[in-house]
Amino acid sequence: MTSQRTLFQEFKKGIWAENPVIKMLLGMCPALAVTNSAVNGLAMGLASTFVVICSSAIVSIIRRFVPGGVRIPTYIIIIAGFVTLADLFLRAYFPVISKALGPYVPLIVVNCMIMGRAEFFASKHPVVPSILDALGTGTGFVWVLVVLGSIREILGSGSIFGVTLLSERIYTPWVVMILPAGAFLSLGLLIALINYLTQRRQGAH
Amino acid sequence: MMDKTRQVGEESKAGARGSTPGGSGDGPLIVSSSPHLLTADNIPKIMHSVVAALLPACAVSIYFFGIRALLLIAVSVAACIATERAIQRFLGKPSTIADGSAIITGILLALTLPPSFPLLGAVLGSVFAIAIGKHIFGGLGYNIFNPALLGRAFLQAAYPVLITTWVEPFTRGFDVDAIAAATPLALMKFEGQMTPHLDLLFGNISGSLGETSAVAIIIGGLYLRYKGYINWKLPLGYLGSMAFFGGIFWLMNPSRYPDPLFHVLAGGAMLGAWFMVTDMVTSPTTPKGQWIFAIAAGAIAVIIRLFGGLPEGVMYSILLLNSVVPLINRWTRPKVFGEVSS
Repeated sequence: MTSQRTLFQEFKKGIWAENPVIKMLLGMCPALAVTNSAVNGLAMGLASTFVVICSSAIVSIIRRFVPGGVRIPTYIIIIAGFVTLADLFLRAYFPVISKALGPYVPLIVVNCMIMGRAEFFASKHPVVPSILDALGTGTGFVWVLVVLGSIREILGSGSIFGVTLLSERIYTPWVVMILPAGAFLSLGLLIALINYLTQRRQGAH
Repeated sequence: MMDKTRQVGEESKAGARGSTPGGSGDGPLIVSSSPHLLTADNIPKIMHSVVAALLPACAVSIYFFGIRALLLIAVSVAACIATERAIQRFLGKPSTIADGSAIITGILLALTLPPSFPLLGAVLGSVFAIAIGKHIFGGLGYNIFNPALLGRAFLQAAYPVLITTWVEPFTRGFDVDAIAAATPLALMKFEGQMTPHLDLLFGNISGSLGETSAVAIIIGGLYLRYKGYINWKLPLGYLGSMAFFGGIFWLMNPSRYPDPLFHVLAGGAMLGAWFMVTDMVTSPTTPKGQWIFAIAAGAIAVIIRLFGGLPEGVMYSILLLNSVVPLINRWTRPKVFGEVSS
């Protein structure tokens, strides 16, 4: 059926070429809302990755039994189930992070990235490619959220993963970076930078 | 008009060739619609007149706040020029430092900062103003927002405490942290205390560098009007609108709200009206649109001053209206002569 090489490509494409946040602009709500620190970005990324892998696997398994008319509600129920799992897990084992993420963990249900993978990939492909596709997409989501969270935490709080890099005496943190405006600014500039690099690389070929 | 066409031509040429700025001998093709009128004005000439018009305000701020004010202005201007040069070199575009627009952005930004503001913060604001405010959009002529105000807005959001720490005038030297004072607008808003109009007029008050003396700014504004680089509509519409809407509330309750003259003289109203509302790039081009722009901005400034969370609303009022300028321009497009309405 599918060769090894294409399986690896299914995984790889989500990390850069079809990255959910920087290329497809999906999942912007969590990418903007919870990336005020690197830890929050990482937690949100990992939770979403867990949900997208599990839901893609289930959607792929049952893809032949779901009538077309009710497929979206079906996907949402499947996704909601895994989101509840992730939410309860975070609350039980990482209460501080769970509190910091607030309503954004339950809101993973409506993350377009997860719905997109179910609708465009998992519902049309066998289980193994679907899982790899979800894994790649999730990895792409995690790295962007961690990078965004790191930029905003370094500039807005002078620390990274809670470790102080720049003390208050030598650096006055830019309060704006941990506010919503800072999220839009950093995400916009990050996408601009990546588009610029991509264009330059295409121009060089 | 003609300069803008020329600039567009140059830029598209540079873009088409990749990174070879100004390498060829053939000049850019200038296309503009008739009637053609030759004028001696060009971007550098206008910009340098604006710099000259800002000198009285700079001189007054240095008189009141000493070496600190001079340093802030110098650092901002230097940072703006350096940022512009760096970005244009990086993008392989021809250098436009000589046109003086970066100098104006630097001076205007410095004039909106409190005298005790850290110099490194001024550098940050300048970099933001030029890089994000101007070059992200494609450079001079393409920017949506007034770059200096955008830099100031970023600093306001980044350093909310530092940018609202004011000092009394005649606080000299570097060690200015100890003496704090409230601006006339803050006194009015939070303590119900008024500042005499004469102090507002001549500048013996605390505030940003360019907020102190209304007279110095009016002199610069009148000079620009005399040179014909700004028209009456924008500054008078803005100040008139502030006086009008401020006056309505004053008539309703004179003990609670300040009088119209106070609105016009206090805070950044004068600087905004003469040098930021009139920004050629970020204000409407049609006469009707200019009235709409100025009056709406003035009303918003008064609303923020009287009912908003901040004591001063000039910056946000102008930035807010900047964002709808394309819409205003489209909406108020004059009829072509002989056009029949369908």
